[in-house]
Amino acid sequence: MLEHFGKYLIFLGSLVTRIESPRILFNRTIDEAILIGINSIFIVGIVSTFIGAVTCVQVSYNLTNALIPRSTIGFMVREMTILELAPTITSIVLAGKVGSNIASGLGTMQITEQVDALEVMGINSENYLVLPKIIAALFVFPMLVILAMFLSIAGGYIAGTLTNALTAQEYITGIRDAFVPYNILFALIKSVVFAFLISSISSFKGYNTSGGALEVGAASTAAVTNSVIAVLIADYVCAQLLL
Amino acid sequence: MIEIHNIHKTFGDKKVLDGVSGVFETGKTNLLLGASGTGKSVLLKCIVGLVKPDIGSVTFDGTYFTNNKLDIRQEIRRKIGMLFQGSALFDSMNVQQNVEFPLKMLTPDMTKSDRMDRVNFCLKRVGLEGSNKKMPSELSGGMKKRVGIARAIAPNCTYLFCDEPNSGLDPLTAIKIDELIKEITVEYNITTIVVTHDMNSVIEIGDRIMFLYQGKKLWEGTRDDIMDSDVKELNEFIFANRLMRDAKKVEEEEEQAENNNKQ
Repeated sequence: MLEHFGKYLIFLGSLVTRIESPRILFNRTIDEAILIGINSIFIVGIVSTFIGAVTCVQVSYNLTNALIPRSTIGFMVREMTILELAPTITSIVLAGKVGSNIASGLGTMQITEQVDALEVMGINSENYLVLPKIIAALFVFPMLVILAMFLSIAGGYIAGTLTNALTAQEYITGIRDAFVPYNILFALIKSVVFAFLISSISSFKGYNTSGGALEVGAASTAAVTNSVIAVLIADYVCAQLLL
Repeated sequence: MIEIHNIHKTFGDKKVLDGVSGVFETGKTNLLLGASGTGKSVLLKCIVGLVKPDIGSVTFDGTYFTNNKLDIRQEIRRKIGMLFQGSALFDSMNVQQNVEFPLKMLTPDMTKSDRMDRVNFCLKRVGLEGSNKKMPSELSGGMKKRVGIARAIAPNCTYLFCDEPNSGLDPLTAIKIDELIKEITVEYNITTIVVTHDMNSVIEIGDRIMFLYQGKKLWEGTRDDIMDSDVKELNEFIFANRLMRDAKKVEEEEEQAENNNKQ
């Protein structure tokens, strides 16, 4: 365990040595941002809309006390979405989609000697292949989390009004009630931390693959499970430190 | 010229290379010959710096490579072209982008049109003109090897390394790839090292041959001397290779006869 962590730290260190030209790094980062970001919009959209809708329906189901105003449903959807569901659930979904993609891509490159081909050319393969993925994730994850926040709240609105759990006016009053802007910042900080963990752990697992197709699959699975565990631990640490 | 001196390499408790030394001359096709698992590919990787030898050194044209400063190692590496066993073409790039890639990375001052000229020249040189837009998945094994060679020679390499260039190819394509390697070596006067276990390659292109057995260099010489060697392991290897070739030939003849009967 400790040995793996040490190797992970050495791997992170190697990303910032022998850096390729800024132009190449920029172009690669844009390519990776498209792969990570644009290709994830659909899944993030679907998941976050339904999470917002389900949250609204379940809060409504539990709020049976007539003394509590119905607008509280909107308030709770907003709080749960912004503080936890949008950043954490989105990141866990992305750990599955992006993490496995990164690990299997790098793993395949490793076993087919494409990484060796880069090294023979005198190119720092870690820097060329991995650093753009991490930088792209750091920029793209917060954007996806913001999208998830909007869509979750919209999902709650649609579910709430369609099921007559509350009126549109009540929902809007609820989501505007006692708004703390810091919570948005907190969610974005968390998303950056999660982005780093998912992209770097998945890259580490993929880059250190050796063997054949079976090992690529194993690396991909390990990347997802380790990333999810790291996200959940980081979620707790962030909550303790920042709230 | 590449010189290796007393290369040792151990993986776990398995000694893969045991004090290999030798000289690989410029303008000649130098073969590393031996059966599977004798350490040929590991030696090649030690030479190009993909694997670090436990003991020993590699010198490129008088410049010390192993354990030298990173800048110097990088400088030498930029003169190296390598054809990998599985070709190692970048899956996400088409043929043109694969060949252009080292030019983009290693010669950033080169203009786009100069790069394209060079790419087209290299593809023409390996007989693949017009295949620019094909993806690696659309290429046959032989074509992949050709693209690999084009990519290796694109940045005007001084040293060319080929790891089993014939593996997985039919005999005719294998001969063509061998001939291409030989022609390029002479044409550009580069130092070429080819890892092989194929005696056909020895006959076709081997100017200098180094025979490895269980991680040790047992014999070194020219193609003409190899049949006169008194090294038992080498003679066994040649004999086994000949038997395999004869068996394959008989098999092919039987197959041919069967096909003729069917027709």
